[in-house]
Amino acid sequence: MTIPVFVVGAFEHPTRLATDKSVAELHAEVAIGALSDAGVSKNEIDGYFCASDAPGIGPLSMIEYMGLNVRYADSTDIGGSSPIAHVGHAVTAIREGKCNVALITSAGRPRSEGAAPGNLAELPEYPEAGFEVPFRAALAPSYAMCAQRHMYQYGTTSEQLASIKVAASIHAKYNSNALLPKEVSVAQVLSSPLISDPLHRLDCCVMTDGGGALIIAREEIARSLTRPLVKIRGVGEAVGFSRGSDIDLTVSAVARSGRNAFDEASVKPRDIKYLSTYDSFTITVLIAIEDLGFCEKGDGGRFVADGNLISGVGRLPFNTDGGGLCNNHPAHRGGVTKVIEAVRQLRGEAHRAVQVQNCDLAIANGLGGMLDRRHGAATAILERLA
Amino acid sequence: MRIIENSFGIPVITPETKAFWDAVNHEKLLFACCQACGKSHAYPRRICPFCLSQNVVWKVSSGDGKLYAFSLYRKGRPPYVSAWVMLKENVALLTNIIDCDTEKLKIGMNVGVKFVKVGSEQRVPVFVPK
Repeated sequence: MTIPVFVVGAFEHPTRLATDKSVAELHAEVAIGALSDAGVSKNEIDGYFCASDAPGIGPLSMIEYMGLNVRYADSTDIGGSSPIAHVGHAVTAIREGKCNVALITSAGRPRSEGAAPGNLAELPEYPEAGFEVPFRAALAPSYAMCAQRHMYQYGTTSEQLASIKVAASIHAKYNSNALLPKEVSVAQVLSSPLISDPLHRLDCCVMTDGGGALIIAREEIARSLTRPLVKIRGVGEAVGFSRGSDIDLTVSAVARSGRNAFDEASVKPRDIKYLSTYDSFTITVLIAIEDLGFCEKGDGGRFVADGNLISGVGRLPFNTDGGGLCNNHPAHRGGVTKVIEAVRQLRGEAHRAVQVQNCDLAIANGLGGMLDRRHGAATAILERLA
Repeated sequence: MRIIENSFGIPVITPETKAFWDAVNHEKLLFACCQACGKSHAYPRRICPFCLSQNVVWKVSSGDGKLYAFSLYRKGRPPYVSAWVMLKENVALLTNIIDCDTEKLKIGMNVGVKFVKVGSEQRVPVFVPK
């Protein structure tokens, strides 16, 4: 039998604009928040996980900054979904006895710094740089071309994509920290300026400062704390890429990360009560919903329409914090906030207007990088124990 | 929107890709093909991303293909059309479409390579509607 591992602490920084803070300070502040949420002391942390949004070389600088005495450190970076991958890595480390209490942090201040996302091919030593920099292969067109192919192959419409943003905005109304707390209509999404055809401004996530942290721990520790028990039931990760002659822009690596997570969890998509999923753009959500198996490939447009993603209305409530589309996408990375809202839902701590009834099984799914080429996916299935 | 020539970046050239860029300067578009597994790939590597064979050779493309996907990036300064072009030889390239009316672009339309100068010496391969 596998050793059960739990999410015991979760914290989302309330800031969306951190002009007077350093990036290291934000990482440490979310760590403090998660420790306090869990009721765990700093000295109990013996594992630390971060990605390249943490300043310094891998995890070293933040470990020094916070004065952590760890025996396990991991700075895997697979893009914005990294914190979800870290959840899986922490589970493995804890099961192997390499640590007992793992801290995961993700934070940054791109809004204060005026830093645009996704110039992933800027460094000359990247092997793809020679074939991307000349063509200014930016982030938004990467996702826009996938949206265009999805429309071409399956008849998906801009209205259907817009309904994803509408659902997120309805949820964001109840989040006092959300950057965009106002409900929008399909018509408002479609009348917002085109950024990269066919994606409109309101098909794109927000840019925010802030971050979040998670504490992962073994069962004895989880049971010694007072918080509701959130067990990590299955995890999966995968990397998608392009090599030119087997191209399909409508399928992402979530097809594999999701399958791995569902297999490990021994549950089916129909068992899931709540979905946190990466929403850098509306198309990211639509492709992930298909790839996770909530509907057939190509049926995503019909699936997300008619309020199906709205809590209390539809069959698959998603991103009840408002997601990256309305609430928060700190450091251009929406992985950690996906886990945090799933934990809130499982604990029954979401806003009561969006709390899913009897929410005992949830997914936190991440999909970051360039959707039409290299991207990282990570999926975690979480369960509330009685 | 009418897209004419655009401000392309100067490519980073490595020992692995120099032959590609030299050929581009001679208005020839190469692609990489693995002699071991028979599969072509892009962007070009000396090591096949399908089978890891190092028996990868350059082949000359006709320069003709079909528009596989495209997007007018309106935030570009100036705006530009990002695209995936599927060459006749069945390799898809990430590139740009120029000399076009964006309203007339369609998935599946015929496009052909055009070699555009960047800086004083180097050219880059982009595509135009045919």
